Amino acid sequence: MKRIGVIGAGVMGTGVAQNLAAVGLESVLVDVDDATLERARQQIQRGARMSRLLSPAGANGARSPEPNLDLIHYTTDYTELGDVDFVVENITEKWDLKSAIYPRLDAICAPGVVFAANTSAISITRLASLTTRPERVLGMHFMNPVPMKPAVEVIRGWHTSDETVRTAQELLARMGKEGIVVADAPGFVSNRVLMLTVNEAVYLVQDGVAPAADVDRVFKSCFGHPMGPLETADLIGLDTILHSVEVLYESFNDSKYRPCPLLRKMVDAGLYGRKSGQGFYTYS
Amino acid sequence: MSDDTRATIRQFICGRFPSVSISDTDDIFAIGVATSLFAMELVIFVENTFGFQVPNEELEMANFRSVEAIAALVARQSATVAGGTG
Repeated sequence: MKRIGVIGAGVMGTGVAQNLAAVGLESVLVDVDDATLERARQQIQRGARMSRLLSPAGANGARSPEPNLDLIHYTTDYTELGDVDFVVENITEKWDLKSAIYPRLDAICAPGVVFAANTSAISITRLASLTTRPERVLGMHFMNPVPMKPAVEVIRGWHTSDETVRTAQELLARMGKEGIVVADAPGFVSNRVLMLTVNEAVYLVQDGVAPAADVDRVFKSCFGHPMGPLETADLIGLDTILHSVEVLYESFNDSKYRPCPLLRKMVDAGLYGRKSGQGFYTYS
Repeated sequence: MSDDTRATIRQFICGRFPSVSISDTDDIFAIGVATSLFAMELVIFVENTFGFQVPNEELEMANFRSVEAIAALVARQSATVAGGTG
C-alpha cells in the first residue's frame, strides 16, 4: 500500500491525511471546492506543528522527523483516485451525502481497492450495498484528533471479508494505530454508549441533580476519566451529539435513546459548545 | 511590558480555570489543571495575542508550562522580531 485516497477535507479527513504523511504514505485528498482544500492545507500545517508540541522528545532530545506534507496531493477531481490502493471516506455524517459517493468511487477505483467509511453512526452494510464490492467495504471510526489517538473502531459489515479486515489492520498498523473490530450495529460500540451517557448527563443538569462542573468532576475525580461527559459534549459539539442521539432513537425505535429536552433547547439557542464559544462551559 | 505580558497570560489561564489559584511559576500541566488540548489553545492564544508565529524549535511543552515560561517565550520572540527589523 503506497497511495491512499482520502475523501472529504474536513476535520477528520485532514487528520487522516496528516497522519498518513507522518508515516511516509502518499495521499490524494479530495473535496468539492478549492476553498475547502486551502483551509485543509492550513489545518494540516497547524496540526503538524501541534503534533510536534505534544510529541515528547526522545532520551537524547531527538524528535521524530518532520512529516513531509508534500506527500499530500489536494484535488477536486475524483478521477485522480484511479490509482489509489485504499480509500478512507470522511464525508459529513449524512446518508444523502455519503450514499452519493460510493457508486462513484466504485466506478473509478480498481476492483481490489478497499473502501473504509469513517463514520460513527451510518450502517456499513447499507453503504456497501451501493457498490459492486460489498466484501471490500468496512467502517473505520477514527477519533479526533486523528494523529494523536492510538486506536480506531473497525466495523465489519454483513459481507466484509476477512481479507478486507486484514488489509485495513495493516494500514492502521502503518499509521501507528490499533484497530478494534466490532460488528455493524447502530452507533457501533463507541457512540451507543457515549451518546447515551452524554444525554443522561444532560438530564442530570436539567433535573437539578448536579451542575455541569460537578457531573464532570465525578467522572474525572472518581473514575479517573481525563474529561467529563459534558466537557466531551462541548468538544464534540452539542449539535453533533443531538444528531447522534436522534439517529440512535430512529434506528432502534427505543425510548431509552430519546434526546434530553435541555440538549435540544441548547442547540436551538445556538449553544454548540467550544465551536460557538458557549455550551455547558464558556470559552473565550 | 513584561508585567503586562504576564498579566495577560495569567488572565487567559485563570479565565479557563477559575476555581484554581495559579502562581506565575506553577506548572499547569503537572498540577493537573491543564490538558494537551489546552496546550494547543495556549499556542493559538500566544500567536493571536502577541502577533508572532511560534517557530518550530520553540514548540516545546516546556515553553508553555507556566505563566513565567510563556512570558519568557514572548520576550525571546519580541527580541528576535525587534532585532530582525532594527
